[in-house]
Amino acid sequence: MTLPTATKRPPAAEAPTALPPVKRRNAELVMTLFAIALTLYAMIEAGLTRNNEMPPSLFLYGGLFGGLAVLAHFFIRFFAPWSDPLLLPLATLLNGLGIAMLWRLGEATGDTSRASAMDQLILTAASMVVFAGIIYFLKEPRTLQRYPYIMAVGAVFLLLLPLTPLGSEINGARQWVNFGFTSLQPSEFAKIALVVFLSGYMVTKRDVLALASRQIKIGPVKVLDLPRMRDTAPMAVMWGFCIIVLVILMNDLGTSLMLFGTFLAMIYVATQRGSWIVIGLTAFFGACAAIYPFVPHFRVRMVTWLDAFRPDVFCTDEAMANPESFCVTSGNSQQLVQGLFALAEGGMTGTGLGGGQPGYVPEVQNDFIFTAFGEELGLAGIMVMLMALALLVERGMRIALASKELFIKMFASGISFLIAFQTFVVIGGVTRVIPMTGATIPFVAKGGSALLSSWIMVALLMRMSNNARKPAPQAIQDEGATQVIQR
Amino acid sequence: MSDLTLMLIRITFLCVLWLFVIMAVGVIRTDLLGPAKSKSKRKRSERRAPAESRAPRPARSQRAPKGRRNEPRSLVVTKGPLAGTSLNLSPQHPITIGRANDATLVINDDYASGRHARIFSDNGRWIVEDLGSTNGTYLGQQRLTHPQPISVGQPIRIGKTVLELRK
Repeated sequence: MTLPTATKRPPAAEAPTALPPVKRRNAELVMTLFAIALTLYAMIEAGLTRNNEMPPSLFLYGGLFGGLAVLAHFFIRFFAPWSDPLLLPLATLLNGLGIAMLWRLGEATGDTSRASAMDQLILTAASMVVFAGIIYFLKEPRTLQRYPYIMAVGAVFLLLLPLTPLGSEINGARQWVNFGFTSLQPSEFAKIALVVFLSGYMVTKRDVLALASRQIKIGPVKVLDLPRMRDTAPMAVMWGFCIIVLVILMNDLGTSLMLFGTFLAMIYVATQRGSWIVIGLTAFFGACAAIYPFVPHFRVRMVTWLDAFRPDVFCTDEAMANPESFCVTSGNSQQLVQGLFALAEGGMTGTGLGGGQPGYVPEVQNDFIFTAFGEELGLAGIMVMLMALALLVERGMRIALASKELFIKMFASGISFLIAFQTFVVIGGVTRVIPMTGATIPFVAKGGSALLSSWIMVALLMRMSNNARKPAPQAIQDEGATQVIQR
Repeated sequence: MSDLTLMLIRITFLCVLWLFVIMAVGVIRTDLLGPAKSKSKRKRSERRAPAESRAPRPARSQRAPKGRRNEPRSLVVTKGPLAGTSLNLSPQHPITIGRANDATLVINDDYASGRHARIFSDNGRWIVEDLGSTNGTYLGQQRLTHPQPISVGQPIRIGKTVLELRK
């Protein structure tokens, strides 16, 4: 690791790691405009393919979405001028591709009430307002370090909210809260609060978790450094929460996997001890195996994953006729299998936006929007999306490396891990690598809560990167002089 | 709209998407290694140089600072919470170590002072100076009382952190 220093680049020397601090705002503007142009290109392509004409609402969408992104850029230029130049363009690209795809899907699914992506655009606008608000008001993310336990209580409260009478169940997962005018998915926000708590907790307990240990030896060979029993308490709490509340009570395997994965990653980052990961993974998968026979909806999930192509799980017409078959009694794997067919249909370069039939996949605009991209843009296209998400995570890790404070390091890496795990959980579920879950791809999929929480995460990263990349104020060498470091 | 046009549009879209990724990686590259300008300048100067002197010399002059033998090139933290951190040394820029946020190397150590010590170059020799810290800077076992020259591999201890110069 190399700390950025405020040194000037020595002339004609070898490539040094300490570069003069640069803002790179113009690079950000160019990339953001590029991302907007890509969004519009996608809409034009879909319009030409499907209706043989330019989309009539192109200027509306282009003006609104482009205007929002450019406004966000100028906001950053004034209020966080040192922040990372890639975060905004990457977020804009993902969000824009999502909007273009939703616009195109509005026709494919034949549901005319959802035939526009206007909802998503309005949600994007709202998210960007929150994004700007966080950048403006949260000048020092380390102030969050003061309230780790409040954050923990808040996270648990948000996660449990859907279990109260306010909550509602959609598609078998109880993770929504209905407010009358809109419904929210509180777990999307709980995960951010949880990362704040974990960062604060790890900063104070890091040494205990990292150093106190008991060695397990087989003969003279050291096998594993086990933590003391009492130090495993936080992991036990986290584990119990993920298994009992999220899997058993709420049937929300995705959030459970994502939160526990982030927890393990963060504890590993803080302590550099592999034993935590071994213990955590053993406990998690052990628990999953243990509850398998007793929790019916968990078993249904596993069966639709492992035996997705079995006729009575996939629900062929003959299977539908039999009232005792699996699909009549407990659901089917049609969404998953149709998604896989869609991905296969896409092949390397896809059918072109508007050229495929993503409407065959049920609920394609939510979790399975990835299969729509796979069908229409092919492997080449979805790799771009994965690259964009990977670069987002990479920038987050970079911010963690560049920061000097431990809390910020933990916070930035936690958020990066969260984005990474969320992507993995969704795409793994869609491609049948892991059981299907209820999470959504950051920025892309339809859904206000997910979009909002993604923009919040990017806003936090942006603020942290601004503070990390900003050159330190020059110290006045005179004794006794006072200076204003920051107003 | 003919199929050919649509296919062209489709392929162009994928190419442009990848162009975006490549440009993003370019931005990261510039962030890490500095603007690509210096490279083209170097090429141009090479081109201008006479043919016979081109072969070995530009490479040698590039590495001139590396060539000098006992010149330390980086400051590495070997023990303490920041272990593994390294800082590049350049003779023009002294390195300050301490808990203060504007120090070049910020160490989060209860035993370190705000501005604890300074490491600077004096005509090619690197010198460590204690800046009046509370708990002192140790060179080996000895507490520093005045600025002393240091050589490569000599441990400098500040609180729980141990630093040394590396080639």
